[in-house]
Amino acid sequence: MTHPLLVVEKLAKRYRLPRERLLAPAPEVQALDGVSFTLRAGRSLGVVGESGSGKSTLARLVMALEAPSAGRVWLEGEDLHALGAAALRRARTNLQMVFQDPYGSLDPRRTVLQTVAEPLAVLHGAGRAEQRERAVEALDAVGLRESDLVKVPHEFSGGQRQRIAIARALITRPKLIVADEPVSALDVSVQAQVLNLMQDLQDRFGITYLFISHDLAVVDLVCDEVIVLQQGRVVEQGLADDLFHRPQHPYTRRLLAAVPGLQARMPA
Amino acid sequence: MALLEVDRLRVSLQTSRGAAEALRGVSFALDRGQTLGLIGESGCGKSITALALMALLPDGAKVAGSIRFDGQELTTLDEARLCRLRGNRIGMVFQEPMTALNPLHTVGRQIAESLRLHKDLSASAARAEALRLLERVRLPQARERLDAYPHQLSGGQRQRVVIAIALACGPDLLVADEPTTALDVTIQREVLDLIGELVREDGMGLLLISHDLGVMADTVQRLLVMYGGTVVESGPTAAVFERLAHPYTRGLFAARPRLGLARGTRLATIAGRVPELADMPTGCPFADRCARVVDACRVAPPAAVTVGPGHEARCLRIEP
Repeated sequence: MTHPLLVVEKLAKRYRLPRERLLAPAPEVQALDGVSFTLRAGRSLGVVGESGSGKSTLARLVMALEAPSAGRVWLEGEDLHALGAAALRRARTNLQMVFQDPYGSLDPRRTVLQTVAEPLAVLHGAGRAEQRERAVEALDAVGLRESDLVKVPHEFSGGQRQRIAIARALITRPKLIVADEPVSALDVSVQAQVLNLMQDLQDRFGITYLFISHDLAVVDLVCDEVIVLQQGRVVEQGLADDLFHRPQHPYTRRLLAAVPGLQARMPA
Repeated sequence: MALLEVDRLRVSLQTSRGAAEALRGVSFALDRGQTLGLIGESGCGKSITALALMALLPDGAKVAGSIRFDGQELTTLDEARLCRLRGNRIGMVFQEPMTALNPLHTVGRQIAESLRLHKDLSASAARAEALRLLERVRLPQARERLDAYPHQLSGGQRQRVVIAIALACGPDLLVADEPTTALDVTIQREVLDLIGELVREDGMGLLLISHDLGVMADTVQRLLVMYGGTVVESGPTAAVFERLAHPYTRGLFAARPRLGLARGTRLATIAGRVPELADMPTGCPFADRCARVVDACRVAPPAAVTVGPGHEARCLRIEP
């Protein structure tokens, strides 16, 4: 039997806050509370919600960057948080992440080659020739050139930097890419280019996206399914078309009603 | 005479590649009770326009053209007089409320500061007025929050404080540069509604700067679309959205993800990227990215063509 690519089961995360009184227990915040979903290969799941709703906590738990307080993350049938160090490293080949800020997520002193090839060197121990070859391949896939390999991040625009970040994610040929607000720092015209690229890559390589965004229109465009988080809990989940056209939960309705431009007449 | 009249404003900035023109002849007028939006992408000159209005441009910037506020020329005004205008008759709201507020001072003190400076109020009168302002921007538990520090407030609450400071002296003009970009959508909606309401009640002029077409649609009467330091299209907001006269305006609209698009739809993109200031072409700034470009576009900046009542676009390819 084949396993779904990603199964998240009753995932919870509590963070301890700084102690307020010397003798009282430190207060805790429940960042994520009983989140469950299944994501099949080649599909995209959008996670929407406001600041503090637990979106990024979910991303960090799925990426195995932090351990959950309860619940499990299954990647292709393997319990990610129960794996030993070596097995986790092997599993990480299939997991990559793209962050929001392409200015903050790239090391300004490293060349594009170093940045893009690093996951390959770390996870596979690939030799220099293979690293370079695969880096060229990844850059080509995101529409950058071989001549860009020797450049450093400040020579690129925001949209190009996000392409570099995506190339770095692609190089291990991952099955799942967790994208945390990948286009919110970009201008409208550049955002369109990056969204198109992410969809092209999905068609070409069958990548699965866990796509975190506060922008409902972006999620509606690129995602098959959506979960709506509020204060760490899933308040609504379903197919993007249903959820955005017939929102059931008052919170989802409130999010939709707040989208700017909906009241005024905007050309389609 | 309008409250604010900007005429052929040019600003050149010092960049690592020498002086470069960030504004290349921007003109507009704004009166009390009117709302005007500046829209465009990074580097189009919208924030530089706001900084020029408040004479807060970076060192080495050169300004030509004219900015008249209530009949007074601002470009040649000395700093002492400018200080009497800024925060008094011209209120400002910036994008990031955390950096706009001083983390070491209480909210009440920061609101009282401009009241004591410009209105010469006593400490207790300024504090009472600060409380009234916090209540006016509908900050919950305003009385307790007077003594709160910025870090004790959420992003939306901080932006309400910044708005209270901007309104403290009853300005004639409110300049808001991306006031809701750092906020969640539901909070964004509340803050925009609040700004709209306050502007109506006080009869201020509002200059709103944003990259978000939806925000503009909901908030401003007139819209200026900026690209490469020029206003490529200007007109009543509804007319601009209806006509999309300039190819850049049309490109911006097409590139915007909209609710209800089918999964997998590819968005229309604008080819290429915004040229650097130092590489700005001599002709139409959009020429290198425009699908309808002809040789004449590259010769000189196109003149404004009237496409409707109070609606102009700078494009050679428009049939009036």
